[in-house]
Amino acid sequence: MAKITLSKLRHSYMPNPTSPDDYALKEIDLDWSDGGAYALLGPSGCGKSTLLNIISGLLEPSEGQILFDGKDVTALPPDQRNIAQVFQFPVIYDTMTVFDNLAFPLRNRGVDEARVQRRVSEIATMLEVTDLLGTKAAGLSPDNKQKISMGRGLVRDDVNVVMFDEPLTVIDPHLKWKLRSKLKELHQKVRATMIYVTHDQTEALTFADQVVVMQDGEIVQIGTPVELFERPAHTFVGHFIGSPGMNVLAAEMRDGGAFLNGHHIALEGAVTAQDGTPQIGVRPEFVRIGDTGLPATVRKVSDIGRHSVIEAMVGDTSVKAITEGAVPEQGADVHLQFQQDQTRLYRDGWLATEGAAS
Amino acid sequence: MKTQNQKAWYFVLPVLLLVAFNALIPMMTVVNYSVQETFGNNVFFWEGLRWFEELLNSDRFHAALGRQFLFTGLILLIEVPLGIIIALSMPRKGPWVPVCLILMALPMLIPWNVVGAMWNIFTLPDIGLLGYLMNTTLGIDYDMTQSPFAAWATIITMDVWHWTSLVVLLSYAGLVSIPDAYYQAAKIDGASPFKVFRYIQLPKMKQVLTIAILLRFMDSFNIYTEVFVLTGGGPGNSTTLLSIDLVKIALGQFDLGPAAAMSLIYFAITLLVSWLFYTLMTKDDAK
Repeated sequence: MAKITLSKLRHSYMPNPTSPDDYALKEIDLDWSDGGAYALLGPSGCGKSTLLNIISGLLEPSEGQILFDGKDVTALPPDQRNIAQVFQFPVIYDTMTVFDNLAFPLRNRGVDEARVQRRVSEIATMLEVTDLLGTKAAGLSPDNKQKISMGRGLVRDDVNVVMFDEPLTVIDPHLKWKLRSKLKELHQKVRATMIYVTHDQTEALTFADQVVVMQDGEIVQIGTPVELFERPAHTFVGHFIGSPGMNVLAAEMRDGGAFLNGHHIALEGAVTAQDGTPQIGVRPEFVRIGDTGLPATVRKVSDIGRHSVIEAMVGDTSVKAITEGAVPEQGADVHLQFQQDQTRLYRDGWLATEGAAS
Repeated sequence: MKTQNQKAWYFVLPVLLLVAFNALIPMMTVVNYSVQETFGNNVFFWEGLRWFEELLNSDRFHAALGRQFLFTGLILLIEVPLGIIIALSMPRKGPWVPVCLILMALPMLIPWNVVGAMWNIFTLPDIGLLGYLMNTTLGIDYDMTQSPFAAWATIITMDVWHWTSLVVLLSYAGLVSIPDAYYQAAKIDGASPFKVFRYIQLPKMKQVLTIAILLRFMDSFNIYTEVFVLTGGGPGNSTTLLSIDLVKIALGQFDLGPAAAMSLIYFAITLLVSWLFYTLMTKDDAK
């Protein structure tokens, strides 16, 4: 187990990158502390798998260094980095039994047979596949195959880091939940550093202590699930996390205040940046329908069970609000109130107001 | 109980008709010949199983059958491992892939009698490129019209040259179907190159290899044109394989009865060995 440091890391799939757009990964400086459970969250194509492959050594970065406990491993191949990785689709050695599959990473490293027996049966118990140990791996169901793939990642207890590359993509929804909590439980048991790549916010938020949100090859925010939800550092984070995502509304700046469709909007604190396109960000959870405030017209009401999502038009801008009480009718004229300590200004996408408490 | 719908049989009917006309009915005429004797003029005499008994006890047939198995065994032993090795060393991505594939496919595009003629000229001791090189430049006595060993070496080399590509292309198709994740996982699991071959590549190639071995067995067991054009079965009878012997009996001596009996036995052997191969190679899958 080790602390992993990424230093000035950049990667491009082109031989001679010139502009920043040529880089699949833009400059990344990041520390992953020992024993942490991290999630790398971002939409498809944001560079998260590239970053993962660079950490595992399957890909050599164009620039920068990777350090394990301060030791430079940038040029080392995967088998010398002492890491484990679980892939998106199950990788199974078809001709071997489940036991041999789980024992493979250990036997390849010359671990003595008694220890192999012990580790494999431990992992099999954790994953609840003990009664499958004797069967051929080829005939397993997809979720059991993926369990075995995960097992191969977890069977070695001396690894620096275990990485998961969207491991639950092929799993049925009802089993997803089970495997996810299993993983969380495993992390608590083995205390290895784990990095979990996904584009599914639920997976990221349930698994990780710290979530790293990526967009277009850049890290936009690192934080606990609560931090990401309550104080998105970038409109992308606000929009990507949450369902529905944060309202991002084009604003107008004048006299030191923010205006939406001609109405003054109270922000959480002082504005810290003066340049860049201004946008107001507020989560639907913090927009209330009231008697006073921003005048709007209800365009659509969706009842999603526990609460309703109301889409209202402020001029040409659509604002979403979540209410649990009575809902206005479609076409009704209402007033919207933004909760002040949850209303922020973003400049060119980045957070530009001081927090209310701090 | 599930009710069985029998309508599907109607859809098989056209194929059945086609096979009947191009295979079953012609074969029945062979069966007809195999139990009769004729001296021409379309007059036939019943002989029962005499031709079959005579053939199965004939040294000439045993010798040809032995040569046939030797030839097929040798080319399978060379072409299958060689094909796998070439397929493994071919690039899996990039601009060289189509180049390699075309180069590999080229020998298979050449008509069989042309292959025979090419190798015949190629190995002529006085003017052939290989023949001249061996005899004059290297001083090795090499003349396939004189030495049975040289003749065998030549027909084996020719078949390897002509048909290894088939094994290569089929193995290659199996190899490229392996997702990258398998190689990456093997790297992370610390697997040696041999283990990658043994536990990833070979299992994934198994199905296409089964087809490749079957096709190569059947084709080489029935080989006629190339060897006939190259050696004509000689020197002596040393390269007279089953099919060449069959043609000698049927068209050289015009013994229709014995030739028909031989055809049927030949067919039965090919079928039996193919079935054996297939059963052996797929027996693990059934479990």
